[in-house]
Amino acid sequence: MFVLHVNGEQRAVDVPADMPLLWVLRDIVGLTGTKFGCGVAQCGACTVHLDGQAVRSCVLPVSAVGDKAITTIEAVGKTPSGHKIQQAWLDVDVVQCGYCQSGQIMSAAALLARTSSPTDADIDAAMSGNICRCGTYVRIRAAIKQAATGKSDALQTIAPGAAGAP
Amino acid sequence: MRARGTTPILGRGIHSGNDGGSDSGSHSEVGNSNSKENGNGSHNDSEVDVVRRNALKLSGLTIAFLWTGTRGTASAAINARRQPGDAAAAVADGNPPFAPNAFVRVDADGSVRLVMPNVEMGQGIYTGACMMLAEELDVGMDQIKVEHAPPNEELYSMPLLGGQITGGSTSTRGHWGVLREAGAVARSMLVAAAAERWHVDPATCTVSRGVVTHQSSKRSLGFGALAKSAGALPTPAKVTLKDPKAFALIGKPLRRVDSADKVKGATQFGIDVHVPGMKIATVKACPTFGGRLVGINDKRTRAIPGVIAVIQLDSAVAVVGEHFWAAKQGLEALDIEWDLGDNATLSTAKLREALADKSQSGTPIVAREAGKKPTDGKLVEAVYQSPMLAHATMEPLNTTVWVTADKCQIWVGTQVPTRCVAVAAKITGLPEDKIELHNQYLGGGFGRRLETDSVEQAVNLAKQVSYPIKVIWTREEDIRHDIVRPMYYDRISALLDSNGRPIWYGDRVTGGTVLGRWAPMAMEKNGLDSDAVECVAEVPYDIPNLKVEWVRHDMPEGLIVGWWRGVGPTHNLFVVESFMDELAHTAGKDPLEYRRALLQKNPRSLALLNLAAEKIGWSSKPLPARVGRGIALGEPFGSRVCVIVEAEVTPQGEVLLRRAVVALDCGIAINPSSVEAQVQGGLVFGLSAALYSGITVKHGAIEQSNFHDYRSLRINETPLIELHCIASDQPPGGLGEVGTAIAAPALGNAIFAATGVRLRSLPVDRASLVQNSEALKTVVAENVGGEETGQGARVSRGELA
Repeated sequence: MFVLHVNGEQRAVDVPADMPLLWVLRDIVGLTGTKFGCGVAQCGACTVHLDGQAVRSCVLPVSAVGDKAITTIEAVGKTPSGHKIQQAWLDVDVVQCGYCQSGQIMSAAALLARTSSPTDADIDAAMSGNICRCGTYVRIRAAIKQAATGKSDALQTIAPGAAGAP
Repeated sequence: MRARGTTPILGRGIHSGNDGGSDSGSHSEVGNSNSKENGNGSHNDSEVDVVRRNALKLSGLTIAFLWTGTRGTASAAINARRQPGDAAAAVADGNPPFAPNAFVRVDADGSVRLVMPNVEMGQGIYTGACMMLAEELDVGMDQIKVEHAPPNEELYSMPLLGGQITGGSTSTRGHWGVLREAGAVARSMLVAAAAERWHVDPATCTVSRGVVTHQSSKRSLGFGALAKSAGALPTPAKVTLKDPKAFALIGKPLRRVDSADKVKGATQFGIDVHVPGMKIATVKACPTFGGRLVGINDKRTRAIPGVIAVIQLDSAVAVVGEHFWAAKQGLEALDIEWDLGDNATLSTAKLREALADKSQSGTPIVAREAGKKPTDGKLVEAVYQSPMLAHATMEPLNTTVWVTADKCQIWVGTQVPTRCVAVAAKITGLPEDKIELHNQYLGGGFGRRLETDSVEQAVNLAKQVSYPIKVIWTREEDIRHDIVRPMYYDRISALLDSNGRPIWYGDRVTGGTVLGRWAPMAMEKNGLDSDAVECVAEVPYDIPNLKVEWVRHDMPEGLIVGWWRGVGPTHNLFVVESFMDELAHTAGKDPLEYRRALLQKNPRSLALLNLAAEKIGWSSKPLPARVGRGIALGEPFGSRVCVIVEAEVTPQGEVLLRRAVVALDCGIAINPSSVEAQVQGGLVFGLSAALYSGITVKHGAIEQSNFHDYRSLRINETPLIELHCIASDQPPGGLGEVGTAIAAPALGNAIFAATGVRLRSLPVDRASLVQNSEALKTVVAENVGGEETGQGARVSRGELA
């Protein structure tokens, strides 16, 4: 039995000690925003925060989490950097299929929390562990800069659009 | 995948034929789309010859009959008006008081729900489809709720493909007419209901944001209040579409309808489905192509806590667990005996050898022949080879299935919902109306989800248990059991006149056929797979004589080839555009000038070439050592594109992408933001493949297994990609595959310009690009473009100014 601190709530889970945090979150806690992409920390789709640090939950045994605070995509918007990143993601309209974007946003939010004005090299270092097969990288870079500076770095302005997707 | 017909037909005539009369700028009246001709001639393309003109007269329905899907019955093209089956579909969809067609539902509370005929896999079609519908319906994008369409061939068939299929860059092209018309039909009926109630002329009413207003009497009614009476009115025989000048949504860079949920992790993909009582399974299929399962010993597996069941199929075994981890641990603990089958010694070298042999010995089918091969001229010849490719969608394949005595429920993100229903019916023995398929958002498709293999497997597993199971493939399973893009072998040649200009070209494409398996009825009468020669049978250039042939070479049984983002054009453009550079080099001409001379009769593509060259500053100043620029131009999927890639090749042979400039003519850009996103993403996908991707075979099995050995471009390797779009009033072209198809030749030509090394096979062989043996003694720069290395591979926007 492990007691996890997930998004500000305590969750007791009865799972094997070697079970990766990813599957605890998805299959036991029921938070499916964190995604399975590779299972070997190659793609970053499973990125969550442990005490604000970006980690790959697909290779993190639940027994290694301890009492560290887990933040997932579902709650990162409550952090200042997470909120800024999500807003910039909307303003630049980064997402395509969106499957990797939970992980992208978690990596970017952790970057912004520790580096308020990231350079291109900072972005490369923080984001190169996150693969996007749709190829949204140009907009990811623009959105991180926009979140940092508040100034539009997008190639074009995206007008707010619809709500109410299934 | 391509839509049916020869290339020039696509995106030029075969949409619903009501493109808004854009040439005249007038309002256009459209009638029932079942009864009218398509290709209404708004396309004044001087190149269109008589045969093509005749072809343009084919209706979408005729096309649909030519390509009927696998189920043997022809599908009707979708209709903006009521169709048989509409009423039942609306009842199943909450029974709204107003459902004038398959796409629009207005509830009594005024909610406007739009049903999406295509699936959303990142390409932005939900947004584009909403814009087309909302434009004519006169509702705000913020007032819309979007719904996944149920499987229903009659209501949601893609007119260009003749089935409920999302692929081939057809969604916008195929629905540009019908969705605007569907919005206009709904609007017209809502206005008629208001006018009837107020006893006024409908022409005196206006609509804005879902409210009908009679200006002179200052009366207004919302769509909700009008829904019931509008639902009782007859469908209009004709409606008037907006003048493009009056477009309020189309042409604006609007935010995607699915972004808000996707940035919060709230979007439900197939892998996120939860059904009460559901268990999780993961699976391992025989590693060799066509191999079979002999037996298992599951003693260790059953000792693992959380393991519930072990299920065997003919060629695979699955472990079911309380959660994925238990299932995966259980699978790894199995002792499995395979019969590796006839392909157990198969290797990439053998496959390549057989392909090359077939190119010589096989019987070619002529795809296109024009003029006559001259007897003199300078002969240039080359052989190009393209590898097998995996899709590696970020969301690994998965399907959730629950089979009970009287029905089968499936939750999956698929590009072919009705094909999934058909295979599930066959496997379970249930009638198709007892198969409930709930489509989901797709975490990438790229053609992989045009297949039903993983769904068939999941249904086969689920029918052996009483509870719902979610079958999730590991990434290793996803890559090793991909249905790969075919490998190709091309022998291309040309004759140059004394000025170095090509007076003839010939290409013999050899490869497997995707179409021949996936839609055999769509093969040409002479056995030609039109996809295999797309973008080489027709080239943008003025070359008087040519002969293009295809030799069919089926892979060994069990090695199945499939659609991969951009299939035919992706490989053919690599060959043709690389070879164009070879011809320019042989002729001693600049690759830009060489192409310009051959495009004098093709002003639309010439304009793109000139625009891209101007934007990148072609030849304005000398480039640094081992930096080069490569041009590629093509007309894939009904669009036209020119891309220039600037790349640096390190002395150690690493390729650094500095910059890519794209000039695009895709007709009307419904959403310029989506256009930009598709071009950027498509290029990244194509550049990834060209630089890193190749599926190889050893001992009858795919060697690659995960992102470490099936690499994908990462953010630090991605260049700035600028898009310059030509404003156009022509009907929209396809976009999802354009960037992918044009990427490799631009990269190869840039590498040639940087190093003098001509790459005639993919992926890029970096060892061949090493400057000299001394270079390898230097440590390869670790961080491409990073400040520490000082190499500055990526060009920042500031430097462009």
